[in-house]
Amino acid sequence: MLYNEPSPHEVKVLTRRFGLENSASLDTYLATDGFKAFKKALEMTPEQIIEEVKISNLRGRGGAGFPAGLKWSFVPRNSPKPKYIVVNADESEPGTCKDRLLMENDPHQLIEGVLIAGLAVDAHAGYIYIRGEYRYLIEIMDRAIAEAYSCGYLGKNILGSNFHFDLYTHTGAGAYECGEESALLESLEGKRGVPRIRPPFPAVVGAFQCPTVLNNVETYCAVPAIIRDGGAAFAALGVPKAGGTKLTCLSGHINKPGVYELPLGFPVMKMIEEVGGGIRGGKKLKAFIPGGSSCPVLTAEECQDLTMDYDAMARKKTMLGSGGVVIMDEDTCMVRAALRIMRFYAHESCGWCIPCREGTTWIRKLLQRFHDGMGQRSDIALIGDLAKNMFGRTFCPLGDAAAMPTMSIVEKFYHEFEDHLDGKPCPYEKARQLVMA
Amino acid sequence: MTLSAELEARFDKLLKSYPPGRQRSAMIPMLLYAQDELGSVTPELVEEVARRVGVEPLQVEEVMSYYSMLHRKPLGRYHVQICTNISCLLTGGEELWQHACKKLGIGHKEVTADGQVSLEEVECIGACSWAPALQVNYAFHHQMTPEKLDRLLDSLRKAQ
Amino acid sequence: MADLVNLTIDGKPVQAPPGTLVIDAAKRAGIEVPAFCYYEGLSLQAACRMCLVEVEKMPKLMTSCTLPVAEGMVVRTETPTVAAARKSMLEFLLANHPLDCPVCDKGGECELQDMTFRYGAGESRFSENKVHKPEKQWSPVVFYDMPRCILCYRCVRICNEGMGVNALGIVNRGVVSEIAPNKQDHLECDECGMCIDICPVGALTSGAYRYHTRPWEMEHVGTICAHCADGCKTTLGVRNNQIIRGNNRDRSGINDEFLCVKGRYAFDFYNHPERLQSPLLKVDGKLEPVSWSQAIETVAKKFQQVREAGGKFAVVGSNHTSNEEDFYLQKFGRQVLGTGNIDHHRTGDVPALLDALSGKTGKLAVSADLYQRKAVLVVGADLALEHPFLSFQIRANYRHHQAHVYVVTPRPVREDAVAAVSLRDACADVFGPLESLRAKLAAEPELVIVFGDVVKGEAVRRLVDFGESLGIPVKYVALVDYSNSRGAVDMGLLPDAGGLALPEMLAAGDLDAFWVVGANPLKAGELRSRSAFVVVQDMFLTETARAADVVLPAACAYEKNGTVTNVCGEVQKLKKALGTMGTKPDLEIIGLIAREMGAAPVMGPWTAEKVFDEIRRSVRGYDIPVPVVAAGGAAQTMPVNGRIPLDGRPDLIRSARDSLFTSGTLGRYSKVLNSVVESRNNR
Ligand SMILES: Cc1cc2nc3c(=O)[nH]c(=O)nc-3n(C[C@H](O)[C@H](O)[C@H](O)COP(=O)(O)O)c2cc1C
Ligand code: SF4
Ligand code: FES
Repeated sequence: MLYNEPSPHEVKVLTRRFGLENSASLDTYLATDGFKAFKKALEMTPEQIIEEVKISNLRGRGGAGFPAGLKWSFVPRNSPKPKYIVVNADESEPGTCKDRLLMENDPHQLIEGVLIAGLAVDAHAGYIYIRGEYRYLIEIMDRAIAEAYSCGYLGKNILGSNFHFDLYTHTGAGAYECGEESALLESLEGKRGVPRIRPPFPAVVGAFQCPTVLNNVETYCAVPAIIRDGGAAFAALGVPKAGGTKLTCLSGHINKPGVYELPLGFPVMKMIEEVGGGIRGGKKLKAFIPGGSSCPVLTAEECQDLTMDYDAMARKKTMLGSGGVVIMDEDTCMVRAALRIMRFYAHESCGWCIPCREGTTWIRKLLQRFHDGMGQRSDIALIGDLAKNMFGRTFCPLGDAAAMPTMSIVEKFYHEFEDHLDGKPCPYEKARQLVMA
Repeated sequence: MTLSAELEARFDKLLKSYPPGRQRSAMIPMLLYAQDELGSVTPELVEEVARRVGVEPLQVEEVMSYYSMLHRKPLGRYHVQICTNISCLLTGGEELWQHACKKLGIGHKEVTADGQVSLEEVECIGACSWAPALQVNYAFHHQMTPEKLDRLLDSLRKAQ
Repeated sequence: MADLVNLTIDGKPVQAPPGTLVIDAAKRAGIEVPAFCYYEGLSLQAACRMCLVEVEKMPKLMTSCTLPVAEGMVVRTETPTVAAARKSMLEFLLANHPLDCPVCDKGGECELQDMTFRYGAGESRFSENKVHKPEKQWSPVVFYDMPRCILCYRCVRICNEGMGVNALGIVNRGVVSEIAPNKQDHLECDECGMCIDICPVGALTSGAYRYHTRPWEMEHVGTICAHCADGCKTTLGVRNNQIIRGNNRDRSGINDEFLCVKGRYAFDFYNHPERLQSPLLKVDGKLEPVSWSQAIETVAKKFQQVREAGGKFAVVGSNHTSNEEDFYLQKFGRQVLGTGNIDHHRTGDVPALLDALSGKTGKLAVSADLYQRKAVLVVGADLALEHPFLSFQIRANYRHHQAHVYVVTPRPVREDAVAAVSLRDACADVFGPLESLRAKLAAEPELVIVFGDVVKGEAVRRLVDFGESLGIPVKYVALVDYSNSRGAVDMGLLPDAGGLALPEMLAAGDLDAFWVVGANPLKAGELRSRSAFVVVQDMFLTETARAADVVLPAACAYEKNGTVTNVCGEVQKLKKALGTMGTKPDLEIIGLIAREMGAAPVMGPWTAEKVFDEIRRSVRGYDIPVPVVAAGGAAQTMPVNGRIPLDGRPDLIRSARDSLFTSGTLGRYSKVLNSVVESRNNR
């Protein structure tokens, strides 16, 4: 089911079957080039598969943007242990709602991507870790998996190739941190979602202490197209160091919020104006989160001439992240935004390490007091200072994820904090209250 | 502890889904699926799951208290989870939450007196582009407004 | 060591073996990097972020507790950036900390206090409310105060990894995470208190110690635990002639910082209200208090009469008294009383082992071997309950060196969890199971065999033959029960050829004098010689003492100097921590009797040092280096001591099978041991 109208600007590679009748069924899948890539991969050596993925310039779509082919090549070829494929379908980064659509509308594409990854690293079992809230997707995936088994696309001797592969779904139960790859693996093993010390990385010691390829749903979903049409074709869709398309989730104060598949390198302003139909109510853009709430926030000025790709974002000291674009208009209270974001990270901090556990909570408390009009001038610096003290010093990147938006908001919207000082009610909220009333 | 045949079958399947000696992996799915049926994670369930996956009850406690969807007290038959995270906040999630609290006369993680409806303010549920959003049990409801919420709550009440 | 890695720490060139963690390499170079969660020997956590250091070419500060050394690495541990980072960690930690140092047991010994002193962050920049939760009592000895907890997980790890008990876990998430006990609101565990000692702050406190003193007000006396044969060093905190706590935080002694519930808490028998504090004399069938001089005089006179009349003596020694006392007692028996009727409650067949090994050297394992050797075989003993320290060593060996552990026991034991092979035997014949392990054992590079009292007499020789036939270096430990069971054997508290053994003494109808020092043979038995003159030296009015004509109140192990020999033949020093009014050490009591009898010239002086000198000269195997023992170390007796006659009575060897929560007579008088729930649940 589609929740929003497609945009003419989209380049439909991963979403090409969306909107087809029975798009989730194996029949539809097979009728539209399904498993063609897998059959092709069966004829290729593991090295060739990995090489093709490298050529495609596919970078991880879960947030960190690590080159997928390179990651696959880290799996030790001659390890005597079994190897596993793990799909990160924990999708919990605020602003992100794309993996949902990929699994809902085209589950077999994910299965095929996983199978090809299995061929590439000689894995014979895989787990799709789906966040607990996505129960209906577990059912959809289970149905698709059962269908694939019954038609010989999973299980023993797939398509007479001697290759066997078992695929399972696994449910989370409410924990953002379990999207972090090593915490996910702990959770998959029936433990608290606490990250592991790295190195070793999952490619070497992952699920059940065995070599593991762990990628985001969207990353695997790109693989069939890469193998089918060639890595070069995929690469050509994007920019030099980042190939293909990216599912981009537009949300916030925008006229046509929705998930759109756009080529990497798509201009930000064009995306807001033409794909998203501009800011709601004809308002002005104030702030822009490019890829989920953990990214440093950009101001309207910083969005001019900016494109949606990893390196361009890095140059602006922010990240493309998971593709969760959050648009904030001129009436948005940035203190409140910072507070809500920090509240999320404080709620989700696993509590393992001191700076994240205490930092997120105390910054949240400070921001709350500040937003409630009981702040002092010294608090502004303190908030920024505490975020900086957390940044780069936590066990896993959740601490950074909490620190970065806060630091950027304090820095770029300092005056909004000043406007809240000394018993003043939030000067930005009134406008919004009117809108809602 | 006796479980429904359906749950037994699910547990069996789960225990077979992981490599030999890794039955502990089934713990979280078992807890969640059992909670769906029993209404909450009871002390007996903790013991039962511990026994089935071969760990101590404390190890199940460690896990269950970590995950926000697992709870010790039963919630309402309809558990209404309203997201107020950033995308929803920007589009009225907070007002939706306030509205629901006022209408039902209950707050965060509270249950109506008749045990039918409970409320929870939740973090991002992956519906940001169709915000503000909420879930009733596992069903998503997108682009909510206070009016739509009223209608939804009324229909839940009628469905009893 | 080949191929050391070269690196620079704070400008100092440092060499370390590959795999060494930077924090350890720094420590060895004399540079201390602060850490809360890092703890040598336990798994890595990297949770507290205190050990962050600057490393050249690395963009972020690195946790030195997880970073292995690398060639050419340049590390800086105290730059302004590092200090600022540490200060900020402390600020985060203190944000929710109650800052109740003035009333906290840990004050003065608290690592959080020390770090705050070092890096600042003492003043708070927060005005928000702290999370408060009431303190919880998890057992008579363990209290948990969540707001003070910094979540370093040391307690969880020492319990799970070190003890193999798994009684502690972490519940909840994020800022409300806390440590939780295994039984919802209370603990059921070994009650060893390791979690309390290892806690860097005052989050875990001891029910026995809390609010009794400030640490700096105590004198710290390192001595040896009075209970089982493992011989752990325990450092007693003494104030106003009272023992307030036991621990081994200075990691001196063979046990490093290990202590079980007995070593840590069960010193409390010493001031039990029923402790004898005056000699007693039976007058008209009733024991009445008398003066020491009257009591000694009575005993000496009677002994003299019996000796002159050519009467029959029997002497029973103790499993708990010092080597000096044991030596002195048997010497007195043999040379002054002229009797060979000397014995003690025998708990393991040490003589048979020494005999089977005679002519061989390097065959007796020390406790360190259980941690270091590549393979360990446990036969017929539940080590976790009966020999907690040896059990701890084996677990640590498994964790740190992946030692291969083999277990042959009648019932499941904790060692099963770390065992390569566990076999259940029917107790009658361990050799069946052993033979089935032969191929595996023979393939090990080396082995330590630890056996309990199921292997005795001829079976010991068979076991040694089995071990020696494996074709690999094998060492042995014959398990015995109590703090100086081994010393009692070595010192000769055993009958001469033709002498009476303990059951025979009780059964004999013609004893004229029966002298029991620190033992309770009448608890289960009965003395047939009703008219015999019975002298008992003890701390309590035991079943045996009740039957005595004269009872002499003895000092306990914590009230005297001397040496004891542990299960592995390691000799260690007892150091007097305090005195209890009215009591005397057994050595002095025996000396006084000797003097009264005019036997002082034969017996020689009764200071522990002088007697120990004589032991060194005359007991084979005990010619050990004095300075090692004097300095509080452990010196192993020479491997084979062929002096002890084999009386061919293995049937007399029977372990009392004390559990973790019992300890013969001493255990009956320890309030703490009897207060924990497990003492009711176990055995
Ligand atoms: C706190 C945290 C949360 C994360 N959550 C997710 C998530 O929900 N989904 C996801 O795919 N990746 C998430 N990641 C990224 C993963 O750790 C990992 O980088 C990713 O799954 C790898 O796949 P990719 O290379 O295909 O992106 C998260 C990372 C962190 C630090
Ligand atoms: S940064 Fe630390 S406390 Fe936060 S989620 Fe990661 S490990 Fe847990
Ligand atoms: S922020 Fe509400 S669903 Fe994502």
